[in-house]
This record gives sequence, C-alpha cells and structure tokens, in this order.
Amino acid sequence: MEKTINNRAWFMVLPVLFLVAFTAVIPLMTVVNYAFQDSFGNNQFFWVGTEWFTDLLSSERFHDALVRNLIFSFSILAIEIPLGIGIALCMPKKGWGVPVCLVLMALPLLVPWNVVGTIWQVFGRADIGLLGYFLNSIGINYNYTQDPVAAWATVIVMDVWHWTSLVVLLCYAGLVSIPEAYYQAARIDGASRWAVFRFIQLPKMHSVLLIAVLLRFMDSFMIYTEPFVVTGGGPGNSTTFLSIDLVKMAIGQFDLGPAAAMSLVYFLIILLFSWVFYTVMNNAGGEKQQYAGEE
Amino acid sequence: MARIDLDHIRHSYLPSPKSPSDYALKEVNLTFEDGGAYALLGSSGCGKTTLLNIISGLLTPSEGELLFDGQPVTHLSTEARNIAQVFQFPVVYDTMSVYDNLAFPLRNRGVAEKDVDAKVTEILRIIDLEGKAKRKAQGLTADEKQKISLGRGLVRSDTSAILFDEPLTVIDPHMKWVLRSQLKHLHKQFGFTMVYVTHDQTEALTFADKVVVMYGGEVVQIGTPDELFRKPQHTFVGYFIGSPGMNVLPCEVEGMTARIGGHSVPLPVGLDPKKVAKKTEVGIRPEFVKLGAAGEGLPIQVDGVEDIGRYRILRGKMEGTALNAIVAEGVSIPENPTAIFDPSQTNLYADSWLVGEEA
Amino acid sequence: MLELKHVSKHVDGVGHIRDVSLRLESGSLNVLLGPTLSGKTTVMRLMAGLDKPTSGQVLVNGQDMTGVSVRKRDVAMVYQQFINYPALTVYENIASPLRVAGVKGAEVDKQVRKAADLMKLTPYLERTPLNLSGGQQQRTAIARALVKGAHLVLMDEPLANLDYKLREELRDELPKIFSESGAVFVYATTEPTEALLLGGRTATLHEGHISQFGDTLDVYRNPQDIITAQTFSDPPLNILGLTKKGGEFRTSNGTLIPASEEEKRLPDGHYKAGFRPHHLYLHRQSAEAVSLPAKVDVSEITGSESFVHVTCLNHRWVALEHGIHNVEVDAEIEVFVDAKNFMIFDDEGRSAASLMAVNA
Repeated sequence: MEKTINNRAWFMVLPVLFLVAFTAVIPLMTVVNYAFQDSFGNNQFFWVGTEWFTDLLSSERFHDALVRNLIFSFSILAIEIPLGIGIALCMPKKGWGVPVCLVLMALPLLVPWNVVGTIWQVFGRADIGLLGYFLNSIGINYNYTQDPVAAWATVIVMDVWHWTSLVVLLCYAGLVSIPEAYYQAARIDGASRWAVFRFIQLPKMHSVLLIAVLLRFMDSFMIYTEPFVVTGGGPGNSTTFLSIDLVKMAIGQFDLGPAAAMSLVYFLIILLFSWVFYTVMNNAGGEKQQYAGEE
Repeated sequence: MARIDLDHIRHSYLPSPKSPSDYALKEVNLTFEDGGAYALLGSSGCGKTTLLNIISGLLTPSEGELLFDGQPVTHLSTEARNIAQVFQFPVVYDTMSVYDNLAFPLRNRGVAEKDVDAKVTEILRIIDLEGKAKRKAQGLTADEKQKISLGRGLVRSDTSAILFDEPLTVIDPHMKWVLRSQLKHLHKQFGFTMVYVTHDQTEALTFADKVVVMYGGEVVQIGTPDELFRKPQHTFVGYFIGSPGMNVLPCEVEGMTARIGGHSVPLPVGLDPKKVAKKTEVGIRPEFVKLGAAGEGLPIQVDGVEDIGRYRILRGKMEGTALNAIVAEGVSIPENPTAIFDPSQTNLYADSWLVGEEA
Repeated sequence: MLELKHVSKHVDGVGHIRDVSLRLESGSLNVLLGPTLSGKTTVMRLMAGLDKPTSGQVLVNGQDMTGVSVRKRDVAMVYQQFINYPALTVYENIASPLRVAGVKGAEVDKQVRKAADLMKLTPYLERTPLNLSGGQQQRTAIARALVKGAHLVLMDEPLANLDYKLREELRDELPKIFSESGAVFVYATTEPTEALLLGGRTATLHEGHISQFGDTLDVYRNPQDIITAQTFSDPPLNILGLTKKGGEFRTSNGTLIPASEEEKRLPDGHYKAGFRPHHLYLHRQSAEAVSLPAKVDVSEITGSESFVHVTCLNHRWVALEHGIHNVEVDAEIEVFVDAKNFMIFDDEGRSAASLMAVNA
C-alpha cells in the first residue's frame, strides 16, 4: 500500500541498469539499426526505409509461421493452465506428501531445454524410442519426422511435460494461502466442490494465474530449442515457428535486414499479447486491494 | 433452532492422551437452551475455540456425545448440522455481489429462485445493506463483511444455531457498539440459539444471557453477567471479569469476620465458612470499595490515582496486597483515605473457591 | 524531542496526511488516537523516517531530519503483529539491537537480563519465540525495543492482538518502563479507553488530520470540535440537536433547556449538544435535569454497569448506568440530561468554548 522512498536504492539498481543496457538495450538498438538497412557484407550498409517491414508483413512465410505460433501458444495455454490447476488442487496441503510432490513437480523444470528436446527425440523414435515403438506396435502410425500431426503432438506434449509444473507450483502457492475459515464457511453454506472452486479457490488464485498465463504465453511464443532439436522445423515447414524461421533467415541465409525487421515485429507482437492478457485478466476481477481495509 | 447438549465431552489433539494435561478440553457437561444467547469467555488456550469447533463439527471430540435437540450429532458433518458460523476474519465470496453472497447458501440447497429473492431481500433489510445489494463484496468495510457473514446464516430457515468466533476482532470500537446492539436485536427477533466465543469480557457480558467462563480446558463458572460480577465462584473469575479485576486479600476467618493482618472485615450474614480450607481469601470488587477518612475504615497505602475520565482508579495496597478502588466522577478522595468494604458485596474464598451461603 | 512541522503526505495524488504539526517532548508519552485508516500508521512511518513527507519538516532535537533514512535515525518500533526473529532464542532476540550496535561481551548480557527482568521474560530466555504465548512474544518485541535505548519509540497498536486481561497488564507496565528511558514515546490505538488508561498526551486523528493535541484528560474533557469529542468517546458520544434563542436552548420537541452564562453569549441559531453516555440518566439525578421521551432499543449488562440503547427525538443514544437496569425492549421511558454535562458545538462542529475564545 505504501512504498518506502529511499534515494540510495537507486544506486543499488545502477549495476543492473548497466547490465541490462549492455545485454538488451544496445543489441536492440543494433537490431533497430539493421532493420532499416541492407548490407552486402564488408560492413557496407544502405538505407532501405521500411522496405523490410512491408516485405515481411506481406510475406506468406511470415504469416504461416505467425499462425503456427499462435496456434501453438493457445494450445499450450489451453492444456497447461487447466491441467496445472487440476494437479495443484489434487496435491496434499499438509503432511509428508507436500515435499515429495513439490520435488516431483520441480524436476522437469530443472532439465535444460535442449536436453528435453533430445530426450523426446529419442523417446519418440519408432525404431529405438520407447514411446514411438509402443505407439507403432499398437497400430498407431506415429512418426514425427514425416507426419506433421505427429510432429505437432510431440512438440506440444513435450512442452506440457516440461512446463505444466510451473503452473502447478504457482497455483499451489495461491491455494495454500487461502485461510481455512473460507473452506469451513463454504461447508456450512453447503457449497458443492465446484462452487468452492469457482467462488473461493479460483478468485484467490487469480493473481498467480495471471503470472502463469503471461509467463507461459511469452515463453511458448518464443519457443525455439525443443522443436529445433526434435523436428528441426519439419516435416516440411509444419513446425517452423517464428523463432526457427528467424534463425534460418539470419544465420542460414544471412539476411540481416529482414531478420532484424522480423525480430522487431516479433518483439512487438509478444508485447501486445502480454498487455492484452494482463488487462483482460486484471479487469476480470480478482483480489487487488483485497486486504486494504483489514490492516 | 435447537437445544445443544454437551455430554461428557473431552478432547485431546494428541493421538493417545494419557495425563489430564494432554487434554485441551477436560470433561465438559453443558446445555445451551433453545433460543439462548451464550458466551464462551476465557483467555487464549482455555479451550473455548476447541469447544466451538466441536459444536460446529469441524472437530470430532475424543470422548463424549454432542446432542442437538436430544439427537446425537457427534459424528455428523458440518453441513448436516445446520449451523451457521461467523469467523474472526470476515469470510465473504469476493467475486459475488452482496446479494449473491446471501443467496449462496439457499441456492446451494436448491431453493427456488422466487423464495431466494424474498428471503434475501428480507435479510438485506435486517442487516441494513439494502443499498449495497448489487455491489461486489470485495470492496466493503470489515463490519459490512461481518454482517454478510452473519446474513448467510440468517437466510436459512433451518439454522439450528449461530456460532461466533471473536467476530468483532477487526472492527473499530465505534462500529463494535453498533454491531453488538444489532446482534442483540436480531437475537430477540429470530430467537436463534447463539454461542459467542471471546476473550473480551465486555463483549461476552453484554451479548450473552449466560456466560460460560473457561480456564485450562475446564468450565469454571456458568452464570448471568450479574452472578459473575457479584458472586464469582472462583478467584479466577473474579480476576478475569471486571476491569480492574476483583481485589483478593489473604485472610484468616474467625466466626463471622475475616481478619486481614490486624484488621477485621465483616462477612455477609448467613455464610458458612469451611474450617478445613488451607487458604482463605476475601474478595471484593473495586466498585464496592468505598473510601473513608482516617479512622473510618481499614488503613491503606495509596500508590497512585489514575483518572480515566468517567471515573478514577485508586491503586494501593492493604497489608502488602494490591487493592484497587473505583471512585466515581465528581467524588473527592479524602486525604490519607481508608477502605470501607460493603459487607453484602464481600465474598469469602476457601482454596480459591467461593464459600457458599446457607440456604 | 520530535517535531513535525506542517507535514503532509500524498500517495498517488491523494492526501493521506494533511498538515500535521506536533511537538513531542523527550520523556513524554503520546497517544495517537483514531479509527482504522485514520492515518495513525502513516504518521508513525513519517516520524520514523520510513516515509518521506510530501511537504513539511521533521525535526529531531531541533535538527532537520526530513528525508534522512530510518537507519540513520535512532528509532525503535513495535507492531501489532508479534515480530521477532523466529530462529533466534528470546535472549538473542533481545540482544540483536545491541549486537548491531557493536556492544561487546558482558555489557550485552547485563542489558539483556535487565530488559528481560523488566518484561518478566527471564524464565524463557532460552526458548524461541514460536514456543511462547502471544503475550510473551510481544514482551520479547518490546524488550528488544527497550534495549535499543532509542530516542524515539513507536508502538503501533501493540496490544491489539492480545487477550483482554494481558492487555490490561502490559498497558500498566509500558508507560512506567519507557518513561524512565527518557525517550519520546508514541503509542497508536483505536480505543479511547486505552488512551485514558495510558494518560500522557493524546493527539486525536481524523481522516489524516490531527483534530486536537494536548493532555489526555484535557482533550477528553474539553474537545475543541465535535470530531474530537466523537473520536474520543467509547461508548459513542450522544448528540442532541438544539436551537438557541435568547437564554435558552430548545429541543425538537419543544423542551427548553436553560443556557449557562457563558453559552448565553453565543449567537442564536442551531447547535449540537454532545454528552457522554454516563451523563444520560434513566433516573432524575438533579433538580436541573431535563426529562426527554425515549424508546428502548436494546439493553446490555456487563455486571457492574448497564448500557441502555435508546432512540430519543430521532437520535440514537446510549445510556451507561451503574448497576443492573434491565429495561424492556421497545418500552417508552423517560431519560434525563443535565445541561451542565453538555459540550455545545455549532453547526460546523466547533465547540462553544473555542468560539468564545475567538470572539474574546
């Protein structure tokens, strides 16, 4: 409610500001710089104005990748958020089960992105992978290197496996902070399990869910490593997301200008969506200022 | 509405209690009459909340039986007991409107929407929140939220008792007065059995017809506010009720007088002093200690006088034991005052328990 | 000495604290009295230096300390919640400010034992706070504030989370203990009775503004405005609307109440009489008392006293009477008021006494 004003605190922030300046702002400015120029190597640059942007925005390749990204992110959210809430609701609130569950939940989060990719790449192979072999043996034709549906399913399942834990942990933190009196009152009021969820647990989880949705959206929209390792963007272009396309363009084809323009557009899209999510969820009610009058 | 009987209720939070000290509640036998207003009064850890949770069904007692209108409910769930409860911190459903909050218990029980509306409208008027029916519960003040908590109990026609767990903790002093008198009104109007847990004597005494004083997991006294004030059964009750508490002075009993040091205090007529008691004490409320000029009463040593506006508290000692006296506004305190005890308001305690009068 | 000069604090453009000026002497006990959200905590934060005022000055011993951080000031604070280091023993908790200050060896032990003795914590020194009762936890927090030997001790509703009887005990001890330290002692509370029991000086706070500051009893007996009188009244102040004409006040039902010599000098017009619940009688106390018709709303009995809530001339009043008066609800009764107990306020809430001081 009230903030402590301490001028010295600003000096403490300075090192971080420098760090951010070097790691984010300056590279970003370079990207902005590239986005309006063309180069033929040898450090020769020409001003091209907004040409890269108009090219990009009318390019089918970009549109396709963007649509894929959106479908991917929304599928991820549609699966991970309800699943995460569900698992969090099932987790024990006290006793020895709590640390066990927490450690189990935290495990996938500790695995590096490329390792996750490699694990699933092997796991899903039809010849030696446990999953791939099993699916094929029961008659399901599963091959992520040839079948776009299988490739998509693999990438989505992989992400769900990797990141649902984060949603679970956030929701769990929200759930355990609900005072016991609320549950007691609900029992006295004869509330059903669903009503308890709808009117007590969900409103109290509102702020953590907001964080979960934002994090999962931003992260999944920027997905790169896992599909790159597993499918390499294929088969065809079926799992070529914006990030993969960007790298192809920048490093594979060395088209720095268009790639820079795309980075900027990409960045702006993420910013826009995050803002939309934030505003929508914040306005959907919740418990900001809830305790203001109860000091 | 129901009569509540607690029959040999004992409770321990330990899985296999052995000594009496393992019990949070040591053998409680109590009856809450139908339509009565009761308060459970005691300091923290005295077992009053444990007792309340047993009544509401949030706890199952280790031993004993709980009866509502003669029917055993010891193992029934909270929902099945038809009680309502108001908690220390207001519990409201934040995302619902005030109206929906009140309708919630009815809708959960499948009451027709027409009846819900009639009942909720009535309760809204009674708890004085008609103007805020459409507001979300979230932005309301603490006292309004507590009224909603209470209202959710009132809307139900099958409520057998309303339980209160220190409901005024987060309410400002001025609002406490308003809420308390509204609560009293409601009790008169609806005739619910009400049980009110608190550590605040003023709340307990003003709310209840009968106050149950608890100490160390046991009931020390059950009585009307008047009985608790004039005839505390135990010196603890004397100390706990009243502000400042009762003066307790060690004495020796000789016939119908008590001797405190070298001074005699007359005891009420008809008292039967127990001769076997190891420890005898005289108890007198500061309100009943009158101050006299030198020679009139018992000599006291004055340590200080606190003026608290409405009255003054004289703090002093008699024969080395603390003695307080309350002096009304506008009454002067004599120089070198002495203490005069009103014999009809003087109690005798043997081993801390009140020595009764012969019938 | 601590002085606030025209201190204001705005948060997001909204004035939380408006033009607060206070002068608190060393070795004095000062009570900040006001309801929840009246700004007590904010004023304390400004005093401590946890917040910087939007405008105005904070002076410590005549030196301008506005904007100097709390670390560089000599302040101890006790909160409503029992705040201790959970992992440290009571002994180490009490010793912690001394350790920070670099006090060495035997001196630490001496001071800790002295504070523990004062706060009756000696038997618990080796326990950790979570194994103590609420009262003992708060005693530990107070002992820590005590050994710090700070120049300014701030207590924000320190007894609010304690049992009634424990409050009584600690409330008795606190002023004595801290008056010896010579510190400026500030105590925030919502309860008028607590302010009266503590004594010292009281500042009444209303919506971020100090309505009056002075000796506790003087503020209680001679409030300068109706807000102060209401803030400083528990049970709530009874208010009676009056019309003055010549030497008399007239109630809405036409009852005439003679004005005192002083009050006769007030201009004719509308006034409000405030009087305390123990000055509303159910029986005639004096020949001058005036009878008014009332209807009983509810009566409450505390054993020694009765509170009778009545409605009288469209005003809701409380009568506080000694002894037991169990009056039937909805009964039509007579109540008595005595003009000598009236505090007269004008339409804007200013007291008659303060109005006449201006005119003189």
